[in-house]
Amino acid sequence: MSKRLEKKHTLAVRWMHWINFPLLAMMIWSGLLIYWANAVYGLKIFGYELFHFFPQWFWEGLGIPYRLAEGISLHFFFMWLFAANGVAYVLYTFISGEWRALLPVPSSFKRAPVVALHDAHLIRNKPAQGKYNDAQRVAYTGVILMGAASVITGLAIYKPLQLSWLTTLLGGYEWARWMHFWLMVLFVLFFAVHVIQVALAGWANFRSMVTGYDVVDTAAGEPEPRTAGESRA
Amino acid sequence: MSDDKKVLVEKVREIESRDEKRADSWPDDPNNTASILGERRSLSEPLSPEEAKRRMFARSRRGFLFGGAAGLLGIFGWRWMPDETKEALLRRTFKFNEDVSRFFFERTDLAPEFPPELATAKVNGMIGLGDDFDASNWKLQVTGLAEPRRFPQYAGAVSFTGADNAPRSLDTPPEPDIPVPGLLFSLDEIRSLPRTQMTTELKCIEGWSVISSWTGVRFSDFAAQFFPSLRVGESPDLQNLPAGLTKHVSLVTPDRGYYVGWDMQSILHPQTLLAYEMNGAPLKPEHGAPLRLVTTTKYGIKMLKRIGRIEFTNERPRDYWAESGYDWYSGH
Repeated sequence: MSKRLEKKHTLAVRWMHWINFPLLAMMIWSGLLIYWANAVYGLKIFGYELFHFFPQWFWEGLGIPYRLAEGISLHFFFMWLFAANGVAYVLYTFISGEWRALLPVPSSFKRAPVVALHDAHLIRNKPAQGKYNDAQRVAYTGVILMGAASVITGLAIYKPLQLSWLTTLLGGYEWARWMHFWLMVLFVLFFAVHVIQVALAGWANFRSMVTGYDVVDTAAGEPEPRTAGESRA
Repeated sequence: MSDDKKVLVEKVREIESRDEKRADSWPDDPNNTASILGERRSLSEPLSPEEAKRRMFARSRRGFLFGGAAGLLGIFGWRWMPDETKEALLRRTFKFNEDVSRFFFERTDLAPEFPPELATAKVNGMIGLGDDFDASNWKLQVTGLAEPRRFPQYAGAVSFTGADNAPRSLDTPPEPDIPVPGLLFSLDEIRSLPRTQMTTELKCIEGWSVISSWTGVRFSDFAAQFFPSLRVGESPDLQNLPAGLTKHVSLVTPDRGYYVGWDMQSILHPQTLLAYEMNGAPLKPEHGAPLRLVTTTKYGIKMLKRIGRIEFTNERPRDYWAESGYDWYSGH
């Protein structure tokens, strides 16, 4: 059986993807340095707090206490790079046409759970897909929206006077801070699932995010709908 | 070219075009988002497994070497960056952010005000509020005005409070008492200036916020009467920040234990008050009696309690928290 090399990720997408990793890490780290100074949020059910963000061992284990000034200075430096990278990515996907591989359509939300069930080995068949399946389309578009929401809620708590209309629109300063915090939690959850999926999808999938290419089978010179080794993460 | 050959060429072209067409599109399926959105694939020509492996290996080597080098450069570049360089970079970023903020600053941008019933209080920060303070002897000192003799509040030697008339400090020894001409105000004189009340949300740099009611004189109303310029005869059009206006304001507690620097634009904002009442009652000592600064334009760290001296200056004033790595501007 002959093979083909498939170009999966352009150079621009690979750079922006990998640059985002340290940028997001620095935003979360510096955000934790800031949050420590007023660590008020917890996971509550019927008024009972299941988990407080964060327990003392977490703060001390990571050496976070009393670093508010450092956290603020890092957060307000890396915010520019984080936002610029996100804007560049969105512009790029629209101009290059990459959005066709990334955006969901309304019916994607019906197929995405089917993909999840397939990935959990609960059902055998999975819906037809392009480079990404519908669960990926929902996730990758969602995480971009999360990035945008982080910037917007961040601006609302960064400039509550100059952007008071935005702060008010988000329900006030305290709510904007609450949302900004929970978006961070969602980013951490996204990251955890993303890493697990990459590990399950295997080496060739990871390699394609570094090299841009993957090797695919062809039958008699014609590409088959892929059933094995499809990208997941 | 013979007919046979022509047919053959046509046939080959047809297969090739079919191959092209199929090679760069996804299975046409009404339930495939890729075909709905017209996503294309980008595939090489068919290769032997060995050739595909060889090409992929070459690409991998290049990709991982470049990527690894870039990653290491990033990690070690940041780790090995000297602390001074990093601090300078972060300080310059604070200044850059300040410039952006000041560029968009409009004195007509106001923070929301709340019904006074929502007002509460939170005590935080006692720096500069030492015990050896006699409120009955307190007078607000104002220096840095051009020709202060113009004003009835003129005093030839403005200095810090205390029976010995000598400056005091919590962490530095007393300095020689150098007489500085300026103005002295009693609390009653401040209270006789135009009154403004506002119920606003104070934001602490730690992340919490509290809604409180404040009564006092707008700093801009104060400055309109005691015009902060280095020369007399400047345009009194305060809000357009005329050229003769001083650039900064320094505020210091009587014991010099706490000091903040302000830009003119923020301190002249209509929601910046010299406050003497909180939640309908005279200011309590822990909230900064007899007179404190309150604003919606900056974090709480900038709202000096128990103001001893206000100095108008063109120098960027020292700032207590900026000296510990916080943003000098800290603007909202």
